[in-house]
Amino acid sequence: MKISKSPWVLHYDGSSCNGCDIEVLATMTPLYDVERFGIINTGNPKHADILLLTGGINAQTAPVVRQLYNQMPDPKVVIACGICSCDGGIFKDCYNILGGSDKVVPVDVYVPGCAVRPEALIDGVVKALAILEEKRVKVKESMKQGYCTVDYSKIAVRMKAEDYDPATQYDAVLTEEALREQAEEKIAATAKPAPKPAAPAAAPAAKPAEAAEPKKDEGGNA
Amino acid sequence: MVMTICKVVLYILLAPIIGGLMEGIDRVVSARMQGRQGPPLLQPFYDVYKLLAKQTTVVNSIQILFVIAYTIFTIFTGALFFGGGDMLLVFFALSMSEVMMVLAAYSTNGPYSAMGANRELLQMMCYEPMILLVAIGFYEVHGSFMVNDMLAGQAPAVFKIPGMLIGFLFILTIKFRKSPFDMSTSHHAHQEMVKGLTSDISGSNLGLYEIAEWYDQVLMMGIVAMFFIYNNPVSYVIAIVACVIFYLLETFIDNVFPRVKYMAMLVSSWVVILVTAGTNLLILSVIN
Amino acid sequence: MNIQILKAVDFLIFFPFVMAVLMFCIKKASLLRNIVAGLGGFSIMITAILVGTKVLGTQGVTKNTFLTETAVYDHIIMGGEILLMCIVVFLSIKYKKYYAILLSMLGTLPVLWMDLTGQALEGSAHMRVDFLSAVMILIVGIVGILICIYACGYMKDYHNHHTEVEDRSNYFLALLFVFIGAMFGLIVSDNLGWIYFFWEITSVCSFLLIGYTRTEEAVNNSFRALWMNLLGGCGFAFGLMYCNMTLKVSNLSALTQLVPRENMLVMVPVTLFAFAALTKSAQFPFSRWLLGAMVAPTPSSALLHSATMVKIGVYMLIRLSPMLAGTFTGVMITVIGGFTFFAASLLAITVSDGKKVLAYSTISNLGLITACAGTGTTEGVWAATMLILFHAVSKSLLFQTVGDIENCMHSRDVEDMHGLIIKLPKLAFIMIIGICGMFMAPFGMLVSKWAALKSFVDSNSVWLVLFLVFGSGSTLFYWAKWLGKICTVIHQSYELEDITPRSEMISLFPLTTMIVVMCFAFPWMSDHMIQPILNEAFHKNIPNVIGGSDVIIMMIMVTMIFIIPIGSRFLAIGKKSKMTMSYVAGVNAGDDRHYIDSFGKERALYMSNWYMTDYFGEDKLLAPSIAISAVIVLVMLIIVIGGTI
Repeated sequence: MKISKSPWVLHYDGSSCNGCDIEVLATMTPLYDVERFGIINTGNPKHADILLLTGGINAQTAPVVRQLYNQMPDPKVVIACGICSCDGGIFKDCYNILGGSDKVVPVDVYVPGCAVRPEALIDGVVKALAILEEKRVKVKESMKQGYCTVDYSKIAVRMKAEDYDPATQYDAVLTEEALREQAEEKIAATAKPAPKPAAPAAAPAAKPAEAAEPKKDEGGNA
Repeated sequence: MVMTICKVVLYILLAPIIGGLMEGIDRVVSARMQGRQGPPLLQPFYDVYKLLAKQTTVVNSIQILFVIAYTIFTIFTGALFFGGGDMLLVFFALSMSEVMMVLAAYSTNGPYSAMGANRELLQMMCYEPMILLVAIGFYEVHGSFMVNDMLAGQAPAVFKIPGMLIGFLFILTIKFRKSPFDMSTSHHAHQEMVKGLTSDISGSNLGLYEIAEWYDQVLMMGIVAMFFIYNNPVSYVIAIVACVIFYLLETFIDNVFPRVKYMAMLVSSWVVILVTAGTNLLILSVIN
Repeated sequence: MNIQILKAVDFLIFFPFVMAVLMFCIKKASLLRNIVAGLGGFSIMITAILVGTKVLGTQGVTKNTFLTETAVYDHIIMGGEILLMCIVVFLSIKYKKYYAILLSMLGTLPVLWMDLTGQALEGSAHMRVDFLSAVMILIVGIVGILICIYACGYMKDYHNHHTEVEDRSNYFLALLFVFIGAMFGLIVSDNLGWIYFFWEITSVCSFLLIGYTRTEEAVNNSFRALWMNLLGGCGFAFGLMYCNMTLKVSNLSALTQLVPRENMLVMVPVTLFAFAALTKSAQFPFSRWLLGAMVAPTPSSALLHSATMVKIGVYMLIRLSPMLAGTFTGVMITVIGGFTFFAASLLAITVSDGKKVLAYSTISNLGLITACAGTGTTEGVWAATMLILFHAVSKSLLFQTVGDIENCMHSRDVEDMHGLIIKLPKLAFIMIIGICGMFMAPFGMLVSKWAALKSFVDSNSVWLVLFLVFGSGSTLFYWAKWLGKICTVIHQSYELEDITPRSEMISLFPLTTMIVVMCFAFPWMSDHMIQPILNEAFHKNIPNVIGGSDVIIMMIMVTMIFIIPIGSRFLAIGKKSKMTMSYVAGVNAGDDRHYIDSFGKERALYMSNWYMTDYFGEDKLLAPSIAISAVIVLVMLIIVIGGTI
């Protein structure tokens, strides 16, 4: 059994004109019915194997794309859908466009077209599946060597109140490797368990780090 | 004793296969209802195989613990039922396993997970009364809470507790996460809650969750079958036919109805439970 | 042997009063006070355990009845009653709440008149230590004393934080010990007059404890508690007079020997006592005093309003329950209990103040116990006694933990307990065990609920079954969401300083252990503690309510609960997982609690639990439920009492 029999897709719109997005959704309709291949549009990076990107990347979406990519479990494949996502397309020289998706995340498959045709898209996903299978073997090997076992939360828990600085916490623009390096440094620095905050005065002072305004409705979504 | 162990072992081995097939059938039938070909029948197995092969990302170290506890307790619950144990104990164990899942979602501190957890709790609040009432209904009919004693009954329970069956089918929609009531998490690509309860669960963790869901589905269908089974071997066939019909009915409902608001779910399920199961219980108590 | 038990029981009643005087004399919180309280407390506890085990160890029927000649004691009690009335009158005038005077006099004066004119019956035993008393002695002796010891450390912290409240902790501790003494007195008394006296002591004590802070809210709430309890006391007083003057019965045990079918008049005092029990156990419509009682410092909440005092009401009901079987009063009591269970559990969903959730859950569970006792079946009494045992331990632990959390975090709101498992791990684990003890599957409360369900089905009470199943659903909701808040792991968090003093841990640790041990000891407790009570009350043996394979399965479940976390420590489960942040649509700002909004600004993110105040809010549900249950209580009183007249 191959894992490529059930590729789950996460679709993200960098900054497209929505032409490609409509085509992406069209592939889910009964006419093209990609569920035949087990493809599901999950909308959740933690469940997804394939990241489908449409549109060029601008300054605002760049960190989001990186973060989504970071949150996807290995093995994972990125597909750039449409010419804008491949290299920026007609928006390439706009003041806010960084370029194609490969400026922020490593792209595995480029599917050109303006807008991309569903047939081309399905073809691209099928190509991506082969890459997915290749990557799985690599990941399996690296897992054996203890790769990807960094425990970020333990670092976070060991932090003291005065360590908390929102400005330094914005690691969303870091790539996976950088994140790991950062974490390993922190682990090395806190190899011995940090002494508990001794002064009782620190506790009330740390309150602002808590949620600023607790909302009592059911919302609070991003 | 040997018989019980055999049953339990059979359940543990077969339930995931049956549950996976049930889900596969559900997906194929849904696709056909929507006028498309749909995935292969074995698609759920492919999905779970893939999930187990993938790297697991977790938000914290206790999340995985809760998911494992959920899986173990769900299997345990089913084993208790198919081993012929006490019906009430089965349901109490079931609610405990559900709480484990809710805690797994809570522990992530993610907005979608937390919303899903709250909704899941509300769903439990909706179906918990009915599940306990089903146990009481069987007790009224057979005079015992033990599943083994129920199998040896003189007549199918459904003759005496048809209202309970209707109520149970109603909450089965909630339990199977089918459309009017698929609030906490859904099998469909609903995007408003991302994946609700399971948003922050990934890789093999998610695979475990899916497998536990299969066990759970088989357990639920087992309870439906209990309405039809008595000491006549033919009744087993009738029970299986009934299970198939009711399962397809759930798929149909899933495709026909849009999702409702949570208060509508609470009110409708409690009203249905009161009207069907409550009335049934009242009549039974008058007759006895 | 009998003499020994009598001496020990005397010690249990009088020594707490001595302790109260000692506590009152040591004004400042000091090591000396802790040592005195500890020594005194543990000597009471040990005596209670000795008495309890000795009585429970006897075979067959207990014959521990004492004190037939009690002229001296009767005079002391008469003096005590007048003293209590004077206290109430004085404080009522001081705070201008004159209605309390009326109620106090209405209860006390007729009883005094009866005693002085010599119409009270004499000559029968005034004390009796049977199996039920022994179980209650164990509860009060262990749980109550642990709370008193806890109070010593707690009050010191309390006054460190609440500098606006005048430090009268010596007075507070003294009251707690007085209360313990009165509890022992009530449990071992058989004479109705004596029970009435101790009953009134607990009413007045709780009144004084609730008003401890002397703020306007505290005073109002304390007077609410007073008038409700005095109203119940009036009911008790009339029942007592009716027994003495019409039925010529002066003892509770003699009353329960009468058969209702032969003499319908018996139901009049039984109904009045049941009415008094309803007020004491804070059933709807008398629940509001218990909710108001939360203004007092935590030990008084733990002691009076969850672990011991409210148990007096249900204790009375259990004593009366053989009389209630199949009677109109019994039906009404069960309906009120069942209704309270359901309504209070819905209300508990809507509040976020930790102590208030506990208060509603107390009311709700007491409703269940009331309903069980009201059915008057053996299974019902079995379930009721089990519920009392488990509830006392779990709830007092929860109250104490919430108190400690409040001292550490300056808040007892459930929402502020977000991520408690990181902030205060030790207290969080205790809290988790306590909450699990209240609603999770193999723990005692749920098993007792299961027995209750069986007893309701067997006694064919459909409405109760419905109340119970729907109530269980909402019970699950409010506990699980609290548990979820505690278990949330938040990143970038840090451990708060745990300022819980060691003296409080002396109390918390045994209670936590007891919850876990009682899971395993459950079948043993059923055989050795509950079964004798049933034999004595119903004069027949019942088969084990839950027995055989079920017990083994429950043991497996308990073991699994403890093995899964421990096993994961040693096995490499989850060690290979990669840590990420939770999914916030790709805009986390470095942790789980901040996100980048569409303007590029960092914002805090916070997920609140659901409270659904729009649907079950206190303003929507409380008044109607009080009205409905008030009607039920009135109907009961009018039909039973009016019917006989």
